Amino acid sequence: MTLSPPLSAIELEEKLDEYLDPVLSSRRTATGLAAMLAEFSRSQQEFVLRWIGIIAKTNAELAYQFAAQAPEGLRLMDPDDIESWIIQAMDTYDRMGLYPASAVFHEGEAYAARVRTRVSGMSFDDVSGILEIFVRGLSGRPLKLEPGEEVYTDTSTLFLPSSLARMPNKDENFRLYKAMAAHLWAQTWYGTFRSDLCGLFAGFPDQDRAKQIFHALETVRLDARLAADLPGLHRDMQRLREDLDETAYPDTWQKQLCALRAPQASVQTTIDALNALYGDVLPPSICYQGTLQAGRAEQVMAQRLSREKDQFHAALARLLDDKGRRTELAGLEGDPKDDTERFRVERTPDPDQPGKWRYELTIDGQPVTPPQDVKAMMDSIVQDLGDIPDDYLVAAGDGSYRRDGEEKNPDDVWKGTYHEEGAFLYNEWDYRRQHYRKHWCVLREIDVHPLDDDFVARTRQKYAAPIASLRKSFEALRGEEKLLKRQKNGDNIDFDALVEAYADMRHGMEMSERVLTKLHKQERNIAVMFMVDMSGSTKGWINDAEREALVLLCEALEVLGDRYAIYGFSGITRKRCELYRVKRFDEPYSDLVRARIAGIKPEDYTRMGVTIRHLTRLLNEVEARTKLLITLSDGKPDDYDGYRGDYGIEDTRQALIEAKRDGIHPFCVTIDTEARDYLPHMYGAVNWTLIDDVRRLPLKVSEIYRRLTT
Amino acid sequence: MDAHAVSIKEYLVKKEPYYEPQGDEIALFEAAYRNQIPVLLKGPTGCGKTRFMEHMAWRLSRPLVTVSCHDDLTASDLIGRYLITAAETAWVDGPLARAVRIGAICYLDEIVEARKDTTVVIHPLADDRRILPVEKTGELLEATPEFCLAISYNPGYQSILKDLKQSTRQRFIGIEFGYPTSDLEQRIIVHESGIGPEIAEKLVKFAGMTRNLKGNGLDEGASTRLLVHAAKLMVTGIEPRRACRGAISETLTDDAEMLAAINELSASLF
Ligand SMILES: Nc1ncnc2c1ncn2[C@@H]1O[C@H](COP(=O)(O)OP(=O)(O)OP(=O)(O)O)[C@@H](O)[C@H]1O
Ligand SMILES: [Mg+2]
Repeated sequence: MTLSPPLSAIELEEKLDEYLDPVLSSRRTATGLAAMLAEFSRSQQEFVLRWIGIIAKTNAELAYQFAAQAPEGLRLMDPDDIESWIIQAMDTYDRMGLYPASAVFHEGEAYAARVRTRVSGMSFDDVSGILEIFVRGLSGRPLKLEPGEEVYTDTSTLFLPSSLARMPNKDENFRLYKAMAAHLWAQTWYGTFRSDLCGLFAGFPDQDRAKQIFHALETVRLDARLAADLPGLHRDMQRLREDLDETAYPDTWQKQLCALRAPQASVQTTIDALNALYGDVLPPSICYQGTLQAGRAEQVMAQRLSREKDQFHAALARLLDDKGRRTELAGLEGDPKDDTERFRVERTPDPDQPGKWRYELTIDGQPVTPPQDVKAMMDSIVQDLGDIPDDYLVAAGDGSYRRDGEEKNPDDVWKGTYHEEGAFLYNEWDYRRQHYRKHWCVLREIDVHPLDDDFVARTRQKYAAPIASLRKSFEALRGEEKLLKRQKNGDNIDFDALVEAYADMRHGMEMSERVLTKLHKQERNIAVMFMVDMSGSTKGWINDAEREALVLLCEALEVLGDRYAIYGFSGITRKRCELYRVKRFDEPYSDLVRARIAGIKPEDYTRMGVTIRHLTRLLNEVEARTKLLITLSDGKPDDYDGYRGDYGIEDTRQALIEAKRDGIHPFCVTIDTEARDYLPHMYGAVNWTLIDDVRRLPLKVSEIYRRLTT
Repeated sequence: MDAHAVSIKEYLVKKEPYYEPQGDEIALFEAAYRNQIPVLLKGPTGCGKTRFMEHMAWRLSRPLVTVSCHDDLTASDLIGRYLITAAETAWVDGPLARAVRIGAICYLDEIVEARKDTTVVIHPLADDRRILPVEKTGELLEATPEFCLAISYNPGYQSILKDLKQSTRQRFIGIEFGYPTSDLEQRIIVHESGIGPEIAEKLVKFAGMTRNLKGNGLDEGASTRLLVHAAKLMVTGIEPRRACRGAISETLTDDAEMLAAINELSASLF
């Protein structure tokens, strides 16, 4: 096929005049447009002319606007994308008129960028799942990932762009995302924020300049750490820089570069280098470094540290408690020593990680193995501070380690007239006196007021894919077919049994009839009770997450066929404990139940003991081999009339012990980040789980259920 | 008696099995053995429990009888049954009965997998009676002082359906196994696979990363066993990232996102 030569400017102008005639005048000619189009190939010219003709049939002015922007469009996009660009503009014209439609053509560059993202870019949603796991695997405290305008970390969340199209293809854009996440992780792991950076920058005449140079220098240091610890990752990051031509540093930096790359370099090395190079040329910014938000990091870190300090004090108090109890048991005199100065942290070089330390906690000079959660806390403190300072090593004062909630407003306790008709009475455990208070609590069952909105439908839609996969994995549980041996009736011969029977017979014994095998669907025979926190504190997100979790659970459990019931609990004072029926064991998952789930709403307080006692009674009425009581909660037991702190915790614990005695397995799913202070004591070390992100609750609950029952 | 002598030989561990102690488990096991108290080994999969048992059997010069428990395992599978030979019926001991007769160390691996009614047959053997009633033959086997019962159990799975009954566990002395410390694990990998120490060190680091993910999408991190597998593949010439993927990532999960993340983690090291 021979290529036709391009049309000349004059030939083009003739055609343009023909299409655009209505909007041309002596002051607005097509000469300029024609000159620009003359530079393109014949096929491109014909493509543009054809479209100008089509657009002009709708609106000549819009066609003129397209003609004016077409040269740039041709440079940025291929014909398919230009066509979709045109269609978008014409569509806009139909809906909104000429002006917005012309704007579409004027924003050709932005449109082209979006196109690029679509074909070669990556979005946050594409990568966040993988990267969150990746960063968690690297080590250190779990970090959240979130999309943000700027790329930075506050030491708790990594903020990444909502999309990336800077690199030519998806793989490399993924690599850039990964490099950003890794760089931010490195800031939290190699101690970038262990120094007062805001104060540091404030000491320079141009703070912003100081910050930029610091960040560039710190990037050098972190890169060197990554090169040593994670060489494969470093190689990937280095390749990005080479591709983008970002590898050069000013000659004047050489000496500092060496110091920063030395294995013993710390953030102080970077600060020294900043002092030396502040007046020097501004460094190049590197594709993955993002920005440094020292102020936000400081704030988040301070909050975390103060929380962890309290928790750590409490944990130490518990360790002392345990130790005291043990010496008591051993018949030794309790040690009345002052609680301060009993703890110490020994720092020894870590043989696993040269240059790093291993921290060992001692009480009175004796090493103790802290529980997993305390260990995690110590790691987190060291990650922030590089050490565990002495003021952390004090046990919290007597008994105060389970902090009481703030005082609640005693308004409006009694609504209506009080009576105990149709109510259940339960004992409550008073740990101070070590005995039960008889008939102390008055509990009533009431139905949740059904709410007919689209909550359940919306949730089903929102989680359509997870629900489908949950159902599939639950189906697999149900489909457990088992080959029963030694059956009287069956489909196949059980040779082992037959041989044995024959042998028995030869020995003069009676020959057994049980010589067949039979395929049998195994009955799971599980009954599970869900006890859902409806206290006032669940208002908002938590309540939504709880309701969503219940929808997902029901959808999955329906496949499985396990018997289940759902009750919400709340109340105010011992005389008004309320249990809200959402679904009884013998009720199907009907529209009414769905409407009740939608209708679950925050009420008052959480008196857990009495709730557990009542649900235990309900579970006892059910015939099942395995009985489970799963609590969804957002905090510790708490009621208006003194049911809090140790009292509430001890009564709840007692109620759980009673349930266990009846053969019920209790398990708690909580979102209270302070749960480790009290849940292990109530539920036992392994019978609870903390979900640190409410948004995960709906999916997690089903997953936990599946794990618990297989 | 002759038959027993043959049996003993068959089950003896001849060569010293390579074992790196994690702590004082050897002394503890020996003490339990001398006092005729059965032992419960706890720990995640692939952390050296089986290897430890082989090593102890060798150390104590006792035959080792290992039974991997599964949910179809019946009491007769353990104790024995009648079989028909040419024209006769003959009693054949199950592994447990045989171990009792020859004074072996009997190791019941993954005891929780066995059916509950199977687990109870070890009860009289595991307390101070130390007897095994064989109902079918009317025999009452008494264990000699050399006999030793050991069971293993992985408390990691949080399933309430597969928990060991208190009445079972309280008959045993518990020895807890974790993953070996990094330097130890590195040494094990080098020894077992013949790979260089630098690569072994990276494998240990990689294992640490996957163990960070336990409870966050992974039920279990990479075990020492998997590291040894990966190292062996590498020694045979498989490229490191590929070896990690085959020997470790793919065995840990089927979830696409998790798999991609784990592969990124191994790629960050090699
Ligand atoms: N302490 C150790 N000394 C020597 N080798 C070890 C040690 N720990 C683990 N290994 C290596 O790991 C492999 C797996 O160990 P082993 O088979 O004993 O695991 P296990 O705990 O019995 O696992 P499972 O619970 O799955 O049966 C061994 O074959 C050996 O190569
Ligand atoms: Mg084993």
